[in-house]
Amino acid sequence: MALLEVQGLRTYFKTQEGTLKAVDGIDFMLEKGQAMGLAGESGCGKTTAALSIMKLLPANGYIAGGRINFMGQDMAKVTGDKLRAIRWRDISIIFQGAMNALNPVKRVGEQITEPIILHEKVDEAVAMKRAKELFEMVGINPNRIREYPHEFSGGMRQRVMIAMALACKPRLVIADEPTTALDVMIQAQIISLLKNLQKELDLAMIVISHDLSVLAETCEQLSIMYAGKIVERASSAEVFEDPQQPYTKGLIAAFPNIHGKKIMPASIAGNPPNLIRAPLGCRFAERCFMAKEVCLKEEPKLVEVKPGHWAACHFVPPLRG
Amino acid sequence: MVKDILVVKDLQVWFPMRTGFIQSLVSKEQRWVKAVDGVSFNIKDREIFCLVGESGCGKTTTGKAILRLVEPTGGKVKYYGEGKNTLMKEMLEDAVSKGKVTKEQAAKMMAEGGLDVRALQKGRMKRLRQKMQIIFQDPYESLNPKQSIYDIIAEPLVVNGIGANEAEREKRVVKALDDAGLRPPKDFMWRYPHEVSGGQRQRVGIAGALVLQPEFLVADEPVSMLDVSIRSEILKLMLDLREQKGLAFLFITHDLGVAYVFSDRIGIMYLGKIVELGPTEEVVKQPKHPYTKALISVVPTPDPEMRRDKIILKGERPDPANIPPGCRFHPRCPFVMDICRKEAPKAVFVSEGHWVSCHLETGTPAEPPPEEKKA
Ligand SMILES: Nc1ncnc2c1ncn2[C@@H]1O[C@H](COP(=O)(O)OP(=O)(O)OP(=O)(O)O)[C@@H](O)[C@H]1O
Ligand SMILES: Nc1ncnc2c1ncn2[C@@H]1O[C@H](COP(=O)(O)OP(=O)(O)OP(=O)(O)O)[C@@H](O)[C@H]1O
Ligand code: SF4
Ligand SMILES: [Mg+2]
Ligand SMILES: [Mg+2]
Repeated sequence: MALLEVQGLRTYFKTQEGTLKAVDGIDFMLEKGQAMGLAGESGCGKTTAALSIMKLLPANGYIAGGRINFMGQDMAKVTGDKLRAIRWRDISIIFQGAMNALNPVKRVGEQITEPIILHEKVDEAVAMKRAKELFEMVGINPNRIREYPHEFSGGMRQRVMIAMALACKPRLVIADEPTTALDVMIQAQIISLLKNLQKELDLAMIVISHDLSVLAETCEQLSIMYAGKIVERASSAEVFEDPQQPYTKGLIAAFPNIHGKKIMPASIAGNPPNLIRAPLGCRFAERCFMAKEVCLKEEPKLVEVKPGHWAACHFVPPLRG
Repeated sequence: MVKDILVVKDLQVWFPMRTGFIQSLVSKEQRWVKAVDGVSFNIKDREIFCLVGESGCGKTTTGKAILRLVEPTGGKVKYYGEGKNTLMKEMLEDAVSKGKVTKEQAAKMMAEGGLDVRALQKGRMKRLRQKMQIIFQDPYESLNPKQSIYDIIAEPLVVNGIGANEAEREKRVVKALDDAGLRPPKDFMWRYPHEVSGGQRQRVGIAGALVLQPEFLVADEPVSMLDVSIRSEILKLMLDLREQKGLAFLFITHDLGVAYVFSDRIGIMYLGKIVELGPTEEVVKQPKHPYTKALISVVPTPDPEMRRDKIILKGERPDPANIPPGCRFHPRCPFVMDICRKEAPKAVFVSEGHWVSCHLETGTPAEPPPEEKKA
């Protein structure tokens, strides 16, 4: 049985102008200990997908359809204490930008021990011991546990966030843009930390990033999102070696490659569609160099185009028939 | 030979450190945040020169100090663009009338020398800034949300008293929008910043810089906040501006990938100093300084082959208030030797136009950048 199974997930927001379909029918599966990357440009629905799994949507957001199955339980039916137990204990999340949202007047240690005390129902001494172990695990000197967030650099605060996410030994960690605001060197440190932790703890991970190369380094599987849909899914190696869907191709071509020739990468002209009035056909059609009439009318389905490699484009023939 | 438009030599920007009361009793010595601590480079006509380095290494401060948006503590900034001529003439006439230099000396200085940016008085500096503009990183914060795009772009014209009347100013605004690729300009002019996309907002920022018809632009992380899919549009726009208007750029970024594809020459900055400088392709493909090598090795890549030899440096963000003795990189350097802890390495040329400051490298001593050419 898969650890996490997401089927046909739709998450919408009520807004003044109408219903915004932020996530509009996505499927994926995650096995125990597996890492999946979720990529796509700003606003495509990555964070919304993550928050849906955690059932932590803002007040105007709601799950409009689909199923989320975690360890055999239908998340739609889990509520109250049971839900709180699953969150943090089984699934935890490193929120986008959270390292800048640590409580400035509370010692870092307390901010880690509090949820441990709350969820594991242990006393403070036990929680403190655990917090020190966690510090060690993420590469911060445990002696610094009594310091305040402002005494920590950006990279260290991100390590603290990772420690907090691991506090209750979850099986699945969702990391939303874990390296985005960080310098390359610190990004490399965090990537290597996440990779090591994943291996050592046999963690399943969903890593969210707009940077495909970061995901290629951390995840074996990759899903590319565009305007609320997954448009391509395959192993990371496959996505880079043989991308099928035009948006994925464009995205890969848009990255400057310092190991390649010194040429200006291509860009994808235009902007993603308005998700309140999403276009009928393929959501990428307006920006797509391959688009034909059918693309404006009919939505392409995500189909298997090579073994284990799925893509949604009218011009990529399915594997069988 | 291509002319320089800008020469920066031994530039220093030190910020006084505020010390607590108790500490001030213990020691009377003023301590400094040495944000820029001896930076030298030149930018040629129509060149894109890029400064790369970790957060806090002093890139933005360097850019601002050149335009005197922060005052340099030491060093020279010389400007050679066309825009220097009237200003320099005025300054030299002043000097001649005060008897500080002879007419002949003045004529000679006019013909061969650059404009000493640090010597300009406020009013003249403001005029020079019409020719030397800066674009900031954040297309969201740097634009006033309450002003229409027209007003945002017309503002520098009004402030500098350019354009005889509104009609003339409008003509300039339209031209700047068009140059920045916001076409047709009339479609954008009356919108507000939140009514355009992130990429378009960055174009508005660029249009705002272009409206004064500058010769030299400092572009501080102009694409960092943008989605990858639209970054190269903005980079290409800047390349076009170089082609069509002969602009030169100081391009600041922490993203080596962007620096690689976009710039002609690159300077790698560490803790307030440039540690390696040379033609972009050479520096990226044949880096010499251990810091440059490390930076290049950690750029994330989909190619597993390329990932094997990562040099992940320990620690982070060194403190410009506490610069290590000897080679300032030595506490993090994987190749550190005894001498590195004691002596600061001198810059040496490893090939033409490519210099490095590291005790591991030998070569002819570099006095970067080359002294002003004597006529
Ligand atoms: N509370 C909300 N109310 C209304 N719309 C929202 C809300 N939160 C998000 N959205 C919209 O939903 C869409 C998806 O947003 P989401 O934050 O999931 O994107 P993302 O892929 O995580 O983007 P980024 O890379 O910028 O973090 C966007 O169009 C966004 O504007
Ligand atoms: N006005 C100031 N007073 C005191 N210190 C300052 C001031 N401005 C900058 N600094 C310090 O100078 C150093 C260099 O800052 P600068 O902004 O130039 O770095 P940067 O290379 O542009 O970094 P980033 O990539 O984060 O933009 C930093 O340590 C910064 O904290
Ligand atoms: S001078 Fe020494 S410490 Fe500095 S970079 Fe070279 S080898 Fe490393
Ligand atoms: Mg997000
Ligand atoms: Mg900066």
